[in-house]
Amino acid sequence: MGSRYLIRKVVGACLTIFMIVILNFVLFRMMPGSPDRILLRNPNVTADAMAAARTRWGLDKPLIPDQLVDYLEATASGDLGFSFKFHGEQVTDVLAGRLWPTVILFGAGEVLAIIFGLALGAYSGWKRGGPIDYIGNGISLILYSMPYFVIGILILGVFAVGLHWFPTSGMLTIGGGDDTFASQLLDFFGHLALPVTTVAIGLIGQYSILMRSSVIETLGEDYVTTARAKGLTSGRILRSHALPNALLPAVTLIAINLGYVIGGAITVEVVFNWPGLGTLTVTALEARDYPVLQGIFLLLSISVVLANLVADLIYGRLDPRVRS
Amino acid sequence: MTGPGRSAPGTVGDDDPDEAQDAVAARAAALDAQALIRGRRQWPLPKQADPNAPLLVVEHLTTRFKMAGGAIKAVDDVSFTLNDGEALGIAGESGCGKTTTALSLVRLLPANGRIGKDSSVKLFGIDLAKKSEDALRRYRWREISIIFQGAMNALNPVRRINEQIAEPVELRLRVNKTEALKHAGELLELVGIPARRGQAYPHELSGGMRQRAMIAMALACDPAVVIGDEPTTALDVMVQAQILELLERLRRELGLSLILITHDLSVIAETCDRVMIMYAGKVAEEGAVDVIFRTPRHPYTQKLIGAFPNIHADRRTLEVIPGSPPDLREPPPGCRFHPRCPFAMAVCSVEVPPEVTFADGVRVACHLYPPGSGGVPVTRPTKDAIVQAPADTGLGAGVFADRDDAIDELEAAVDPAPVHLLAPGHGLTDDRSLDEIQ
Repeated sequence: MGSRYLIRKVVGACLTIFMIVILNFVLFRMMPGSPDRILLRNPNVTADAMAAARTRWGLDKPLIPDQLVDYLEATASGDLGFSFKFHGEQVTDVLAGRLWPTVILFGAGEVLAIIFGLALGAYSGWKRGGPIDYIGNGISLILYSMPYFVIGILILGVFAVGLHWFPTSGMLTIGGGDDTFASQLLDFFGHLALPVTTVAIGLIGQYSILMRSSVIETLGEDYVTTARAKGLTSGRILRSHALPNALLPAVTLIAINLGYVIGGAITVEVVFNWPGLGTLTVTALEARDYPVLQGIFLLLSISVVLANLVADLIYGRLDPRVRS
Repeated sequence: MTGPGRSAPGTVGDDDPDEAQDAVAARAAALDAQALIRGRRQWPLPKQADPNAPLLVVEHLTTRFKMAGGAIKAVDDVSFTLNDGEALGIAGESGCGKTTTALSLVRLLPANGRIGKDSSVKLFGIDLAKKSEDALRRYRWREISIIFQGAMNALNPVRRINEQIAEPVELRLRVNKTEALKHAGELLELVGIPARRGQAYPHELSGGMRQRAMIAMALACDPAVVIGDEPTTALDVMVQAQILELLERLRRELGLSLILITHDLSVIAETCDRVMIMYAGKVAEEGAVDVIFRTPRHPYTQKLIGAFPNIHADRRTLEVIPGSPPDLREPPPGCRFHPRCPFAMAVCSVEVPPEVTFADGVRVACHLYPPGSGGVPVTRPTKDAIVQAPADTGLGAGVFADRDDAIDELEAAVDPAPVHLLAPGHGLTDDRSLDEIQ
């Protein structure tokens, strides 16, 4: 891969993140409610105390440039402020505690969906009109059109409430901290199973439909006719000629979705009460915990930008045409 | 995979192991004889090959496409022969079945395409039309390769040129990858591309280079027959000339047996020994290039040649063939050209003209030249005969209001035009010219 391509993409990503940081600042200054207004809710606050607080927090300075510069400096040094809701805890700490559950949940769900969705789509497209195609494509369309919370509630109703195979909510059984590591891990996987399945099922349809149409389109290309003329077996034609080309649109979709791994589908986390960023977002919204929300937004945006960067780099590896 | 010779490099799979056991000595002798005839062949012939058979004999080839509105006979009872080292041009308007004919040889058809039961495609006497898909696969590229039109799409955009050339060598000839890539480099040098350029991806090469790479790929397995499917279409005139020159050189040096499909008659005049003119899925006329271009017999051939610019016939308006080829779902009865034919007689709309071969080796399917006519139109089209021709066909009637004039004009057009004047690359014979004047 050309280093110029790499540099161009990385610089582009950095610029985008900088713009997002600025936007994040502006957006939350436009919203109702500021720290001093929260103080105003207390009728006993004196004007002096207010003024002192405003000075301490830098709110007496003008928004631009002083407050913006302060904000940029703090953000660059990893200080995202403190939470209103979580008793003054650092926002970064709050986020860090909620990040990994979400990454594990959506990361695993994505991987499962990518593997099964792309395989199903590729096979359906290859054996177009066959039984797998009919059934697979039908199911994919249904799944594609179903929102996460519907899938989640259905799965929850059947496998947790009905069959009692899996726990209904949370990430670990409360009070299970004394168990051995192995049993704790098993407990974790038990809790993970249903939400991960929900995420995977929700994404499989999307991948399968895209991959199917991509494979069908690719199989109609002239170079596939060339491959047939070369006397290759149909399996080899698919593997070494059709799939490398058909995967290109799928990579884009995967990248876009990976960006949302962190944002996740809030609904899945809420349905399964999964202690990730999704439930944190809902909690912070309800409490108007702007610093936490601001942190979540920043994290989300950066992850989308990074996922796109990764996609560009993978795309560059797969398709020689975009490198030059 | 039971035959002992199966895994030997370069042998095409033998379908019937029993056959492999009889007449071993005879075959060895025959192979020797073939080695003399085809000394340039790098690999042994397929074991079932008949040493005395011509290179390629196609008989009664019929190809149908199942469509929503019924089956289309895209190729209808087409027969031809290709001798070793010979170049056969197939010409005709768009949609007359040229490409389908060629692709039918190795059954490279869309899913709705079928080859008729009576069709036979005999390569060294081996009937490919009877082979199963899997057995036929071993002959593809190995014995019959294709130079496709517009190499941009015919080459895989995400794979390197040399990998694509090496792929059939590796798979068909069972050569290891390093050797195959080395061979790919040699092939690229052969077609005038530096071997290191093989590292390039298709989009990094110019159109002419891609077409050269495509030609190198077609030569990869030293095939018995190379089919050029409009190899110079979509290239600019200078590059067209270079590609034709390259094909000429390769023919000379490697003794290629070539089937060249084009609607550019000048390309055929320059490159081929024989030409087959097709119309609506059938052979109109076939014979040696110099004979056909000098004295075209079939009215369609005459029209087709008349429709080409000729640098010596200055300022003469180009001939136009009125109408367009028929809808093959409902081909006209009798001779398929009769609605557009200025010589159409009563019989033409009723009876399919038989293919008659004359003393000069030209085969014509036209009622003007019935069996025994010796190639001279015995049925001189008279005014009466033409008047009797049904006028309900629509196309011909209005356009040729004065049919006597039309006949005179056509006869004038038949005057021998020097073949070499139809030189390729003079700027007027690219693929658009035919379409534009139609």
